[in-house]
Amino acid sequence: MYLTLFWTFFKIGLFTFGGGYAMIPFIHRFGVDKYQWITEDEFLNIITIAESTPGPIAINSATYIGHKVKGIRGSIAATIGVALPSVIIIILIAAFFMQFKENPHVEYAFKGVRIGVSVLVLNAAIRMYKKLDKHWISYFLIGVGFIILLFHFFSVIYVIMIGGAVGIIYQLLTVRGDTNGNLS
Amino acid sequence: MEIFLKLLELLFTFFKIGLFTFGGGYAMIPLITEEVISKGWETHQTLIDFIAIAESTPGPFAINIATFIGYEQLFIIGAVFTTLGVILPSFIIIVIIAKIFKHFADNKYVVGFLNGAKPVIVGVIFSVGVNFILLNVFSTKKVTLIKDFVFDWKTVTILVSIFLLSKIKDRIHPVVIVLASGVMGYILFGIL
Repeated sequence: MYLTLFWTFFKIGLFTFGGGYAMIPFIHRFGVDKYQWITEDEFLNIITIAESTPGPIAINSATYIGHKVKGIRGSIAATIGVALPSVIIIILIAAFFMQFKENPHVEYAFKGVRIGVSVLVLNAAIRMYKKLDKHWISYFLIGVGFIILLFHFFSVIYVIMIGGAVGIIYQLLTVRGDTNGNLS
Repeated sequence: MEIFLKLLELLFTFFKIGLFTFGGGYAMIPLITEEVISKGWETHQTLIDFIAIAESTPGPFAINIATFIGYEQLFIIGAVFTTLGVILPSFIIIVIIAKIFKHFADNKYVVGFLNGAKPVIVGVIFSVGVNFILLNVFSTKKVTLIKDFVFDWKTVTILVSIFLLSKIKDRIHPVVIVLASGVMGYILFGIL
């Protein structure tokens, strides 16, 4: 069973390009449809938990499903499984990359790639923005995060904690007995 | 002894990064940039190159980038420690939730924290994106004076075309963006 968990998550790690959200359909196919490790409800629950806890969604869901199937050892097997392909592939690339890096042709291409990455990062921010509640506090906090970091006033960690504290205070002041937590 | 301390530092740094990453891979870029550049482990340029490679290879972004930086610092053993560091916070938290705290996502403190933290993270990612553009497109070191900005038609051309390309479809794959901008960079900077 440990081996099935490991191997399944190894495959999930190996075949998902482009980050955590690309993994969700694969996790559903294996975890719910093929092996019935978790129910449809639990699957949705995992996605919610993964979104509300720190860390990569792949690790969160591997740990959760592994734990459900075989306790703590199961979660170790699944988590190592999902991480291992990336570790191996990246070590191989890193070893090669050092040699290619000095090549001027590669440098020209990477000058372009760096601009492409800036666009990717901006688009990620836009995508996350669209999912936020459109509330004046959200806009205010976006501004706070943007300005504090742009001028390096203090560390990202403190910025996140300030945002979290404001959110908790707002929640306690306004939302009573409502647990779905939408700002309104 | 020195290596042991360095490994602990790698582990601890990436533990911190893993602990404060809410909302997927891109949310970790601001913190990685801050930690790794302030420690002098990587430059802005190599970091951005890593992001491009991490986006074009399979697996979770967080693992890719942690492995990369760990390998650059202390080869395979370094990669193992950074990867372990970035995984451990999620692992510990999820095991605790799975064992005792089933209604975690409904807890009012958790909900409140996330409602406040998410917009801040969006602002922070915007800020990093703008910073990357200032660094790469206008060749500035910091946000300083307008007169320090260098306008180069080649970089502006790439920026505008890649941005338009990324808007053609709702979710265009990052690999397409990386490849297209690489080809454009090669043609504009290398051949022209």
